[in-house]
Amino acid sequence: MTTERMDGGRALIRALEHEGVEVMFGLPGGAILPVYDPIIDSSIRHILVRHEQGAGHMAEGYAHATGRPGVAMVTSGPAATNIVTPLCDAYLDSVPMVVITGQVPYAAIGTDAFQECDTTGITQSITKHNFLVTDPQDIPRTIKEAFHIATTGRPGPVLVDIPKDIVDPTNPRSEMVWEDDVEMDLPGYRPQVEVDPEAIRAAAKLVRDAERPVLYVGGGILKARAAEVLRELAELTGIGVVTTLMARGAFPDSHELCLGMPGMHGNYTAVTAMQEADLLVALGARFDDRVTGRLEGFAPEARVVHVDIDPAELGKVRRPDVAVQGDVRVAIEALVAELSDGGTGEVDRSAWRSRISGWQERFPLAYEPWVPGDALKPQYVIEQLRDATPADTIVTSGVGQHQMWASQYWTFDYPYTWINSGGLGTMGFSIPAAIGAKVAYPERMVWAIDGDGCFQMTAQELVTAAVEDIPIKVALLNNSYLGMVRQWQEMFYEERYSEVFLSKEVPDYKMWAESMGCHAIRIDDPDEVDSAIAQANEVDDRPVVIDFRVAADEKVFPMVPSGKSNSELVVPEFQRDQPR
Amino acid sequence: MNVHAPEFRYHTLVVTVENKSGVLARVAGLFARRAFNIESLAVAPTDDEGFSRITVVVDVESAPLDQVVKQLDKLVNVVEIRELHPGHSVERELMLVTVTAEPDLRDEIVEHLDRAGGKVLSLGIDRMMLSLVGPPSRVDEFEDLLRPYGILELQRTGRVALASLDDALD
Repeated sequence: MTTERMDGGRALIRALEHEGVEVMFGLPGGAILPVYDPIIDSSIRHILVRHEQGAGHMAEGYAHATGRPGVAMVTSGPAATNIVTPLCDAYLDSVPMVVITGQVPYAAIGTDAFQECDTTGITQSITKHNFLVTDPQDIPRTIKEAFHIATTGRPGPVLVDIPKDIVDPTNPRSEMVWEDDVEMDLPGYRPQVEVDPEAIRAAAKLVRDAERPVLYVGGGILKARAAEVLRELAELTGIGVVTTLMARGAFPDSHELCLGMPGMHGNYTAVTAMQEADLLVALGARFDDRVTGRLEGFAPEARVVHVDIDPAELGKVRRPDVAVQGDVRVAIEALVAELSDGGTGEVDRSAWRSRISGWQERFPLAYEPWVPGDALKPQYVIEQLRDATPADTIVTSGVGQHQMWASQYWTFDYPYTWINSGGLGTMGFSIPAAIGAKVAYPERMVWAIDGDGCFQMTAQELVTAAVEDIPIKVALLNNSYLGMVRQWQEMFYEERYSEVFLSKEVPDYKMWAESMGCHAIRIDDPDEVDSAIAQANEVDDRPVVIDFRVAADEKVFPMVPSGKSNSELVVPEFQRDQPR
Repeated sequence: MNVHAPEFRYHTLVVTVENKSGVLARVAGLFARRAFNIESLAVAPTDDEGFSRITVVVDVESAPLDQVVKQLDKLVNVVEIRELHPGHSVERELMLVTVTAEPDLRDEIVEHLDRAGGKVLSLGIDRMMLSLVGPPSRVDEFEDLLRPYGILELQRTGRVALASLDDALD
């Protein structure tokens, strides 16, 4: 065993290296200062952000794209509070992330010292777990535990708060002895991966007997690296698949069994198939209110098989007929084996299949076509971008109309190509998340599809991208409005628009982007869309921003109005005469 | 973890947690964040100094017991959760109470106290300090009996509980 005397700050960086950390996102300050000195000599690449929220979302983007934990490091007080939003975002979307925060010296805790805040107290309910380390000897073990907790079971963010005195080499309290092998001490943490064979047999029986089954696939499939085995299950049984907002790409959109995305802005077929189903097989999905609509009216005739690694999800919202606790990949493998051995059942599902294809024919995702004189259609921009980029392009988005259009009109054929903020709905997510993804995969194209409201929340990270040589591309769908709120005010508040108009004149996004070191293009005319995208795709030495000036009155359809049942899905006007 | 059918409104959970700073805040914070109501909560170290034992009485009208247990179990510092079935556990609570007691009423109060099995801790000119250890229902009854005399100050501990012996041998 290697042992070596050192200070807590060096030990912290070495512990991160031992965890295989290649990159971290952060911004130094008073309390974390001593830890920034050993970074100079470390193999870890540090990306200096312009705002701590950016560091958190970059770490999330990195984690979404790679499955490896994203790491961010910031100082105490305001830096810690600035990273609260990404922590909560990662908590709701089960993103593995480790955040290191500086803290005032241990003796000063509780005295309202400069840049002191109760970071572990503030983040307790939005992290999977957090630690306040008080002894430098505990640093290596705590870091090991933090990564273990963040990446196993249901993944999530873990925060480690480090008082300055235990990492400051000028303070004797920072002295410790490094040991290569430290044992974790987590007597209360035992995530269950294996599944109960009895439950699998019961699930298989429901699958065999179902006349109208649907595989309801959530983000857990991606976390469990289970996309391949999911496809096996779908093809073995011939059951159609819906992929939630968090699971786009987990099953290929162009597969014949793909029914699309369910939920408030899901497509008609996905929403209605779930609504009419007699069996929902929920795989790493959590019956989110944006998926179920009014709960009492959700999938009224469906029995439910629910597979989740988090036992608290089983029965939290909808009582399952068969609950399978464990890793969803292990569960699907077991289910595939069971159905291969015991048969997939004799039920004739041709009537169900023909109902599904009827919905697909009558209610495809569609928007009113552009006619001369119309402003540029945002959906058209996304379609053109989709068709002009490589198949392995990673798409990130912010939150709002542009996010829904991106999830609808992009064709996701590969897992880990769609990165967005689903649970928390964090505006401003796309640019930093794109930076995180691009850092992980410099050779791949990364497009952030953003709105103008979102862009103004985190655009400063384009400076980070320019300076750190992370050439992401941004498709800004600029309608001068907080578009989704505008849509709700148009539809549900009698067109009384309250505080949703931003500005048509300022900021000048082209000038702004150029001032941040980006190549920038402004497009108003549909005829110029393709050439602008082609031009953007050619630029690889700096970030690109295309300011697409799009129609403000375009709405996201279909839509389940808030509080309504999914049976009351509103389709676009030109589909409303179609028989349901 | 062994959860009984929620046929009673209040259920007693015995939660073994790591004896680390902030653990009680995590447990209490979880109840607040998930909108679970608790009737009482008592915490103290166990015979093993590495662990503490929390006895928490949960109101299952606010959330299904199953959810409460599963969410609690997700806390990394929570090591074990057991439900104590009301019919198969021994529950005790301590009450300290100072009650108005003019000399002519003292005999009467002491009579109540003796019947309940309590003790006189201290005597003042016009007041008495009493203690009672007993099952929560008996402590409730005694508190009701004292109320007409005038309760000046009162503190109850919240209940603590152990599985009853015949149950433990199962």
